[in-house]
Parts: sequence; structure tokens; C-alpha cells
Amino acid sequence: MPVKITPKTVNTDFIKKLEELSGQNIHLCMQCGTCSASCPMSENMEFTPRKVMHLAQFGLEEGLEDVNTCKVCASCHSCTVRCPRGIDIARVMEALRQMILRKNINFVEPSKIPAETIKELPPIALIAGFRKLTS
Amino acid sequence: MAEKSSKQAPRVATGDRAILPEGASTIPVYVMGKKYEVPESLTIMKAMEFVGFKFIRGAGCRGGICGACPTVYRKAGDYKIYFGLACQTVVEPDMFLAQIPFYPANRAKFDMETIEPTAEAIHALYPELFRCVACNSCTKACPMDVDVLGYISAMKQGNIAKAAEISFDCIQCGLCASRCMGELPQYHIGQLARRVYARYIQPKADHLRKRVEEINSGKYDKMLEDLVAMSKEELEKHYTEREREPDLASPGEWKPQDTQYL
Amino acid sequence: MKIKYYPGCTLKSKAKNFEDAAIASLKELDIELEEIDRWNCCGVVYSLADDDLIHMVAPVRNLIRVKEQGGDKVVILCSMCYNTLSRANLLMKEDEEKRNTINSFMDEEIDYSGEVKVLHLLTFLKEEVGWDNLREKVSNPLKGLKVAPYYGCTLQRPREVGIEPLGSFELMTEFLEALGADVVKFSAADLCCGSYQVVGNEGVVLDASAKILNIADSEKVEALATSCPLCEFNLGKRQGLLMEEKKIKKEIPTFYFTQLLAVALGIDPEVCRFDLNASASLELLKTRNYS
Ligand code: SF4
Ligand code: SF4
Ligand code: FES
Repeated sequence: MPVKITPKTVNTDFIKKLEELSGQNIHLCMQCGTCSASCPMSENMEFTPRKVMHLAQFGLEEGLEDVNTCKVCASCHSCTVRCPRGIDIARVMEALRQMILRKNINFVEPSKIPAETIKELPPIALIAGFRKLTS
Repeated sequence: MAEKSSKQAPRVATGDRAILPEGASTIPVYVMGKKYEVPESLTIMKAMEFVGFKFIRGAGCRGGICGACPTVYRKAGDYKIYFGLACQTVVEPDMFLAQIPFYPANRAKFDMETIEPTAEAIHALYPELFRCVACNSCTKACPMDVDVLGYISAMKQGNIAKAAEISFDCIQCGLCASRCMGELPQYHIGQLARRVYARYIQPKADHLRKRVEEINSGKYDKMLEDLVAMSKEELEKHYTEREREPDLASPGEWKPQDTQYL
Repeated sequence: MKIKYYPGCTLKSKAKNFEDAAIASLKELDIELEEIDRWNCCGVVYSLADDDLIHMVAPVRNLIRVKEQGGDKVVILCSMCYNTLSRANLLMKEDEEKRNTINSFMDEEIDYSGEVKVLHLLTFLKEEVGWDNLREKVSNPLKGLKVAPYYGCTLQRPREVGIEPLGSFELMTEFLEALGADVVKFSAADLCCGSYQVVGNEGVVLDASAKILNIADSEKVEALATSCPLCEFNLGKRQGLLMEEKKIKKEIPTFYFTQLLAVALGIDPEVCRFDLNASASLELLKTRNYS
């Protein structure tokens, strides 16, 4: 999908908010792709973490809301510990997640999960899952 | 809804049971933002009735046990939110009052006869349990001083007995649920824990089982028949002359004179 | 010796085997785990958004419990609880502004500024018992058991709370060696199993877990030792499903490291609650005559 970037498409408020929430300077990213290579989930992501960082640098909020990257992220910090620029990418993912969740959107609906699944899953999975994936 | 309040409190209060003591002074309170002068010794419930509100719902026992009258208030100049039962809490000057007679909270459907007595079964009915963030706002809201976070934690840990025990004093007023960040219906979860505990987990009382057996075997039939056959006068005589265990008798010590029914 | 102990929710239910084996083993080593009173769930995952302080309250409240109950250290078994409590502790120690906000929010609790030391059980064992000492106490060495340490994410990442430096798996390796096992060097020891995504993206987790198990198989690992009930679920309990879906070729028994400790110390296997593990786990131990 070709993306046209003009001064108009660059949402600087979004960049600012993302940086505030994550506490990271996303412009430090040099697009080396170490994060994507380290990410155990990247095969299942529509955009890899590197690509997400790129879009974020251009303030493409809408593009980022539509891809599943932050919803699939497992907060494993594999990217964070390897980034040569010292960016805590797991925090950037969290910020992206929070920006969506805070609009009162859930990625999973606790009351729609089948009873059998809830019974089978250990509390540790449900607690962590609801924290990361519900608003 | 409210009648106009007069600056000078009338000698006899008009609200339900709100009898103004002789010479009582009045204090200002705000009900849903509007100022009223009320006698200082009244409970919130009586004060609201005094100024003309009528409780159609949101009042029950008036004795602090039914949980129908949860109330929330602030005091002027104080950031804190206070909670109480309107039938128990006495008004203070410059109180800002509102009643929360009902707060929506989902109650799961279950069948006590067929429910599995396991924590997992309760978890499956209330998966939102796992959304608790331990903010403790619920505990701070509870007018019965129940450690709400405590019983929610116990339930998260799968400990039904502990949850039942900690939540024992809950009166189902729902104030906890009104404050919950995780959107939990705490009191319904606690109630289910108590029900499952009582029905399936708590050891059965042996004396109760024996007594039920005795009843079923007809041991008390004769006694009942005698009672039923009595005239009103005879019944009254029996009642007034009944033997009574002294209040401070230590358990198992006292025995009636008439032991024919033991 | 007595030490304050924070269990966490899952160790009280689905991972009772993890806890029971630890309590019995430590008793054998003359250590009593003293469960802190009135603890609550730590939240499992540490909140990563800069302004999100409410999710810090849960872990901090537990640290406050340790402090008010007279502890200066707390031992944790579960990797995820360890990670969350350690990070919250660090925040309270280092960030004055956030510390003040959190302390004033919890106005009903005593103030806290990171005074308690958060220790994972493996660190505690090394420091307080020592591997040589442990080796001497082993009555039932796990000779010939080709076991690999599986750290997952939260024992090592991020760096500031890791129980040891990135890429080093010494602690659990030395621990397992002290138990007499043949420790296999495992290249997927810190690969993520998919974690909480089992709630949202189950398929992704099945793939991630299968990948780890397949690497284990190709590296001749017979059994995995873990410290995380979520890893144990994804990698252990899900193996039946993974076999069914043909994502893995061979089942690889998974154990909590405390269960292996208990077995090596000659503790009655009943105590270790192997019934809560996948069935292959106990079978493996039986065929080797460990239990
Ligand atoms: S636990 Fe909740 S419902 Fe029960 S008495 Fe306390 S606030 Fe009311
Ligand atoms: S108010 Fe809700 S989220 Fe907060 S401690 Fe109580 S149950 Fe948990
Ligand atoms: S009316 Fe029943 S508790 Fe107040």
C-alpha cells in the first residue's frame, strides 16, 4: 500500500502524545530492523515493529490504528533489549495500545470468552490478558 | 419533589419518624446540590424526609442491615468522598448528599443445584474478576467496613472459603461496584462465594442433621399437636410462664425445669 | 531461617504444584517461607505507559505489606510477579514524583520508597543456601535427566530487573547441576512463548510455543524447567493440543524448577502435585526411577 506523506498527513500531536505516553524519542530509530528480527510475534503482525516505528515517525495515526501490531505484541521486551538506539519499543507498543484502549475499545471481550476457556486458563493469563487487551 | 423548607425549623418534624427534639438547632445540608436546613441530630434518611423527600425505593429496614439506602457525600472543603447508609449516618453541617439506591451491576445466572463448587466455576461466571487493579476504592467505599479488595483477592486466588469469610458482613448495597475501576460487581461475586461455600464446602453441622432426622422421624409431632389443640388462653399462659435461659448463662450450663421435651 | 514470601494468584490455584514443591523443599533446607498477610494480585504485567500510575498501586501495595510486616526482603517464585514487583520497586525507589503521587493516592497505607529487596527464589537459593550446600542435601540426584532451563521473558528482561545478565542462564543451570541433572544448553531459553496473548490471539501463541518446543526437541532436550505458570501453561498444558494440530512432533515434559528440587531432595512426589502437570511429566520421572 503506497502511503503519501505530505506536511498535512504528519500528525505532530500524535507524535507528541506517543512520545509522552511511551517516554521514548521515536526519532532516534534508524530503521535497522533489529526489533522486527527479535520479535517472536512479528510473523503474525500486519506490520513489523520497524515499520510501525517508521509510520510513527511520520505521525500516521490512522494507519497505525488499523494494523494489529500493538494488539499482537506480547510485551516480551525482546526488541527493547536489542535496539541499538536504546529505544524501549515495548513502551511504544504499550503507548499505541493505550491510545486505542483509552477510547473505550476492547481488543477482547471478557464476557464473550467461553466459560470452558476461562476455566482452563490460569489466572495469570486472564489477569495479564485483560490488563493488556481491555480498556 | 422537595417541599419548600422554612428557615426556622418547625417544632415537630413532618418527615417519617423525624421528631424534632425540643429546642434542637438546625444545620445546612445540600441534597443533590440544593440547600436545606435540617435538625442536627437526624440521620441522612430522616433529614431528607424532613425536608420533604419521600423514599419509595432506597429505604428498607431503617436499621442498617438491608443495604437499600447507600449514600454518598462530600463535606465542604474536603476532597474526600464519604460513603454511608442513609438510615445510619447522622447529618453534619455542609454535607453534600446524594442517594445511590441502585447501581447497575451484572448478576450472573447460575443454578445452585448444579453449579460446580469450584473457584473456576465462579471465575467463568465473573471473568471480569481478573480486571481488578487493587486500587482499593471499593474497600474505601464500603459502609460496612468489609475488606472488599480482600475478598476479591481471595476469589482471584481461588479461595472460596476465604472470600466467603471476608465478605460475610456485606449487605449488598452496591457502593463498591459504583467505584470500581475494573467494572466488577464485587458484591455479587462475594455473595456467590458465600452461597457456594455454605452449600458445598462448609462442613455440615452434625446437630442440625440430627435434629432434622428427629423432626422427620416424628419426634416433635405430638408437641405440635398439643400446641395446636390449645385455646388462646392456654397458649398465652404457656407463653408468659415459659422458662427462659438467662442472658449470660455459659453455653450448655442451663437446663429447664421441665425436661419432658428434651 | 524465615523469609517473607509473596505467592501470587496462580500459585494458589492452577500452579499449586509450583508452590507446594517449594514449601516442602525449603523446609528440607531449614527455610520457612512466611507468606505475607493480606497480599493482593500484583497485576502480572508491569504497566508501560508513562502516565499510568493506577496499575502501579497493586504491586506497590504488596511491597508495603512486606514493609509493614517487618520484612526487608521478599522472595517470589513466579517470574511474572517477580518482574512486576521488581519494576514497581525500582520505580518507587528512583522516581520521586511518581512515588509521591502513588503514596498520596494510597492514603490509607504507610509511605513506601523501595526499601524492600525483591528476590527471585533462584537468587535467594544461590545467596542463602549456595550450590555446594544444595548438592550435599540432594539424596536423589536427577542423574541422566537432560533438562534445559527455560527462562522465558520476565526473568531476564528488561535488564534492570533481570535475575542475571541477558543471554546468561547460569543461575538455573547451576541449580539444575546441583540437583545432579544433565543440563542441556538450550538456544530458545529466552524466547517468548506468546504470554498473555493466549487470551487474545491464541493461534499466535500456539505457533510461538510450538517453535520453542521444536527447538527443544532438535537440541535433544528431554524436559524443560520453568519458573512461570504462564509459560508452563503455554508450553506444557497446551502440548496435547499442539500434538493434535501437528505443530509439534514430540511431547516435552515441563516442570517447575521447585518440583525438580523436591524430587532431588527425596521429597514424596505426592507433595509435588504432578497431577497438575501434563501427564508426560510424571511418567518421565517414573521411567527414570526418580519417583
Ligand atoms: S461489599 Fe459492597 S455491597 Fe457489600 S456492603 Fe460493602 S460496599 Fe456494600
Ligand atoms: S474497586 Fe474494583 S479494581 Fe479497585 S480494588 Fe476494588 S474490585 Fe479491584
Ligand atoms: S434502610 Fe436498610 S440499611 Fe438503611
